[in-house]
Amino acid sequence: MQIDLRILRYDPERDAKPHWESYGLEADPKTDRVLDLLHRVKHDHDGSLTFRRSCGHGICGSDALLINGRNRLACKERIEKLGRRISVAPLPGLPVVKDLVVDMDGFFDSYRRVMPFLVNDGPVPERERRQSPEDRARYDDTTKCILCAACTSSCPSFWAKEAYVGPAAIVNAHRFIFDSRDEAADERLEILAGDDGVWRCRTIFNCTDACPRGIHITQAILEVSSAIVERRT
Amino acid sequence: MMVRYRGGEGMLAWAFHRISGVAIFAFLVLHVIDIFLVGAAPDVYNTLLTFYATPVGIVMEWLLGAAVLYHGLNGLRIVVMDFWPPLTRYHRQLWYLVWLLFLLIGIPVTTVIFGAFVRSLGL
Ligand code: SF4
Ligand code: FES
Repeated sequence: MQIDLRILRYDPERDAKPHWESYGLEADPKTDRVLDLLHRVKHDHDGSLTFRRSCGHGICGSDALLINGRNRLACKERIEKLGRRISVAPLPGLPVVKDLVVDMDGFFDSYRRVMPFLVNDGPVPERERRQSPEDRARYDDTTKCILCAACTSSCPSFWAKEAYVGPAAIVNAHRFIFDSRDEAADERLEILAGDDGVWRCRTIFNCTDACPRGIHITQAILEVSSAIVERRT
Repeated sequence: MMVRYRGGEGMLAWAFHRISGVAIFAFLVLHVIDIFLVGAAPDVYNTLLTFYATPVGIVMEWLLGAAVLYHGLNGLRIVVMDFWPPLTRYHRQLWYLVWLLFLLIGIPVTTVIFGAFVRSLGL
């Protein structure tokens, strides 16, 4: 199948602003994914095309891109689903470094703000810290995050205010807030109750629709909001 | 931005919520002004009221009713999800329910508003 692939290109050393470039490519709709097309452009047409990827199998989270107007992983998105005309642009709302590569520093700063690690100052047990299957199930959904930033960069509240910690940070806070072995839930809830925390969510669901891991992000955000309210009452 | 995001139902629900909210606020401002005119400039107030009774005025009133109805119903959809976060999994279905209620309430109200107008013409 002949594909018309449009890529939003930007070279900070040459271009004043990003511009679209088109590439005519042959693709197998059954097996090819967007990442295969990007490789074909880079290998056969223009070696200067810049993008991130690592695993190629939807687990490292490095190739989230704006594909046909929606945030998707290039390595998971099959051509079959997209049709003959495909557009690929960097994640919206994040500063572009070159071509499809965006600056993720702000994204990871927000992630670090919510303390995404186990906090427990009790005596260190000899064996692992045990937990019942029910307690483990409480936060199962939010353990699946691969930090691809598809959610945060699809969020209109994040576009409006970059300081908003964003869905990805809240998902990773949720993962520890509801972990029975963790002791820092109050601190995290305090951070998320602030100006740039959960109250910026407008239940738009772009994050949930974008998540390549199928995490119920809006549900997680609202569970954190409820926990903040319950703690105060 | 050079590219537009193609959000789903949730983003549309939010966009309509915003637009109807701004429209309701604009009406509120207008309403504060017209009530102020009762004392300040009764003549202007009277002309304004005659305008409200014209077809254009009635269509505006009808649009205001639609905005209030949507904003209220979708607001309830959000409140319901706030109280029971697992319901977010059905946010699309809840939105369709919003439109169903919108029509169930909106159609009778529409016939009342325009019916009264047609009768006032004495046809
Ligand atoms: S929650 Fe989903 S979309 Fe957001 S960063 Fe994690 S994996 Fe990516
Ligand atoms: S390349 Fe690793 S997630 Fe796509």
